[in-house]
Amino acid sequence: MNDDTVPQRPELVCPAGTPASLRTAVDAGADAVYCGLQNETNARNFPGLNFSPVELQKSVAYAHARGAKVLLAVNTFPPAGKFQLWKDAIDVAVACAVDAIIVADMGVAAYASRNFPQLRLHLSVQAGASSPEAIRFHCEEFGVRRVVLPRILTVAEIADIHRQIPCEIEAFVFGNIGMMAEGRCSLTNYVTGISTNMDGVCSPAADVRFEEEADGALTSRLGPFVIDRYACGESGGYPTICKGRYACSAQAEPYYAFEEPRSLNLSALLPELMRAGVTALKIEGRQRSRAYVKEVVGAFRRAVDDIMAGREAALANLIALTEGHKETQGAFRSKSWR
Amino acid sequence: MSEARTELTLGPNPFNWSPERWRDFYFRIADEAPVATVYLGETVCSKRAPLFEEHYEAVAERLRGAGKTVVHSTLGETASQVDRRLVNDVCQRVGDLVEANDVSAIWHLRGRPHCIGPLINVYNEETLRFLAARGARNVCLPAELPFAAVSVLCGTAAAEGVTIELQVFGRQSLALSARCYHARAHDRTKDTCRFVCEENADGLPLTTLDGQPFLVVNGIQTLSYEYLNLAQEVPALKTAGVSRYRLSPHSCDMVEVASTFRDLLDGEIAPSEALSRLQTLELGTPFANGFLHGQPGYRWTTIKNLI
Amino acid sequence: MLAPIVDRFSLVSLLRFFPVPLLQPILSLIGTQVARNEPDIFLRLGPHAQKTFVIDPSDLPFVLVLRPRPEAPELSAFRRADAPRGHACISGTFLNLFRLIDGSLDGDALFFSRELRVTGDTEAVVALRNSLDDIDGGLVQAVTGAFGPLSPVAAMTVSHFRSLGGRSHHER
Repeated sequence: MNDDTVPQRPELVCPAGTPASLRTAVDAGADAVYCGLQNETNARNFPGLNFSPVELQKSVAYAHARGAKVLLAVNTFPPAGKFQLWKDAIDVAVACAVDAIIVADMGVAAYASRNFPQLRLHLSVQAGASSPEAIRFHCEEFGVRRVVLPRILTVAEIADIHRQIPCEIEAFVFGNIGMMAEGRCSLTNYVTGISTNMDGVCSPAADVRFEEEADGALTSRLGPFVIDRYACGESGGYPTICKGRYACSAQAEPYYAFEEPRSLNLSALLPELMRAGVTALKIEGRQRSRAYVKEVVGAFRRAVDDIMAGREAALANLIALTEGHKETQGAFRSKSWR
Repeated sequence: MSEARTELTLGPNPFNWSPERWRDFYFRIADEAPVATVYLGETVCSKRAPLFEEHYEAVAERLRGAGKTVVHSTLGETASQVDRRLVNDVCQRVGDLVEANDVSAIWHLRGRPHCIGPLINVYNEETLRFLAARGARNVCLPAELPFAAVSVLCGTAAAEGVTIELQVFGRQSLALSARCYHARAHDRTKDTCRFVCEENADGLPLTTLDGQPFLVVNGIQTLSYEYLNLAQEVPALKTAGVSRYRLSPHSCDMVEVASTFRDLLDGEIAPSEALSRLQTLELGTPFANGFLHGQPGYRWTTIKNLI
Repeated sequence: MLAPIVDRFSLVSLLRFFPVPLLQPILSLIGTQVARNEPDIFLRLGPHAQKTFVIDPSDLPFVLVLRPRPEAPELSAFRRADAPRGHACISGTFLNLFRLIDGSLDGDALFFSRELRVTGDTEAVVALRNSLDDIDGGLVQAVTGAFGPLSPVAAMTVSHFRSLGGRSHHER
């Protein structure tokens, strides 16, 4: 189990949707960059995004030459009959000498640990391992070296988990915050026939429609369902079902039944997270632009360096990059979020 | 593929009914419903578990006395100390099988025979084989799997000596969260909820901004608004090798639902007759069967050439 | 150099009066240049390379129509009233669209603030955005070299537009 020691320098784990983004992240100070292949083996299987095997290979060379690691997300759930694609993804990861793969499915983890015992495995947030027992299970069965914690725990609970598990902890510190337990949400499939778990897409763009109303309001739809309607000038969000506005008998007006469109920003909690035993800080946003990567990675690089040097971290205002132009500390600050 | 002997099962009740209603529901199931296995236990919220405690053993005893197998289901999501204690307690039960609904329960159960619930991601052959090697004897598949995957998994399961179960009736679990949406709807939090979820026997419906019924909130769980109904698909599922058919409890006449599906499984009535019998339940909500057909889950497809 | 001595918005204002026919050779040059130098874009666009995108700078009297097609890429200007219907339309102020294409603004952020409007085929727009974002240094950088003897003018124009936003939009 983990010891409580002096906080070590945390690894800043940054997103890259394209090779250019990966280079941007490395240049902006990422310690590690995570990315995915151009298919449903990863949870950001969006049009125009992600890496071909050749691009991955070149990107790993670029990162390694500058002392940064590359982590490949193979973090979706292969449906029976299609497992070969996921095996191929792991084979590509090994051939490209990535530093770790991020897995969620037990079958994928079993395949990787059986065939490539030297390959470092990280447990994806999509595995939804939120208790010491669940995390230990993956460590004991597959030799998982790091768990990416679901965004549902308080800092105190993270510290408690840290003491009871034999692996490193990676925690999200910035970006989109899904409301549902990752890897256990079929809402997109329910509406579109495209599965987040099997196809790697939440709210596929092909099913998203924005309609402008006569009064300047903007209606967002996913499939046939209205997800939200923003008054003229009101900040908007992407039409994910868990960020939609609905009506129910207990509320007089339509309300955000799950969560408002807002982003996670834990920059103010960094020292606490580090004390709780978090050794890798993850920035969400493989689907975002290089402009986003450059700004967010740069800001967190400076913040971490300040903290490690004993200085007060000067945190750039990242709110313009957040969904709905609102930010939250989500579950991390207190249980009242639940 | 030869048709396996089919069993009808009653899944864990996902809702928060008053303890007396809960007890009486299961007494009637014990006395009247042609189900072979009944899953008991709280799968949604660890705060609710103590509410049913005083009747739990009496219900289990009545079910066993009626010749039914009792399986204890664990919590779908385990995070807090209370959650972990509950999962641990259920997993320590001896005599009956336990159904794991999250990986922490598998950690407790591995090495001895147990069941895998639909909230565990068993999507493929590798995962099924891995779990079978650790003691899984029955796997109830996730709601969103299409027929092709179900079919392949049935083949793997047969080779591993594992039975495959599939939900065929009732609202489908679509998502779990750390946040309680029932509490949120009433401007409370999970810690201050005062069990407001008891107000909705079949969950709290949400409608879209243009008035379309959409989803149903049940504590930390989000369910489909439509009721899953795979009566039409039962013959194909039997052929594929699904041997256990799960009904999810609702406030409607579950004895009638069970009798209908039992008759259908026995070949005494055709799927079309099963459909019309289920339509007389007057649920006030449409049926859906989209997921199995690789369609959006909310959709309903009438199969033209019913097998 | 240009920015301090000229009215901040003069070049954009000038664009308002720029005759559409004179714009066309410049646009065609940009189209062929990108297609030649950044062929990977078409791989990323996949089937969306065959779509028609209407790019609508809401403060200018013309719209741009983009048909990426690798076999014959096409970028043309139309008076707003004459513009063909595309599969998707992306609309915002000229400067915001410029910064988006230049890679200095995040499209999602702009969208969340309602300063960018997307209608029609959302998937095609996402594919286009992701494809353009994979060009190192940005699309604008990639084309300024194409103007031969006029390249310095192009570069100066670009730096003028860049200066109008001051630092990037998010850090305001």
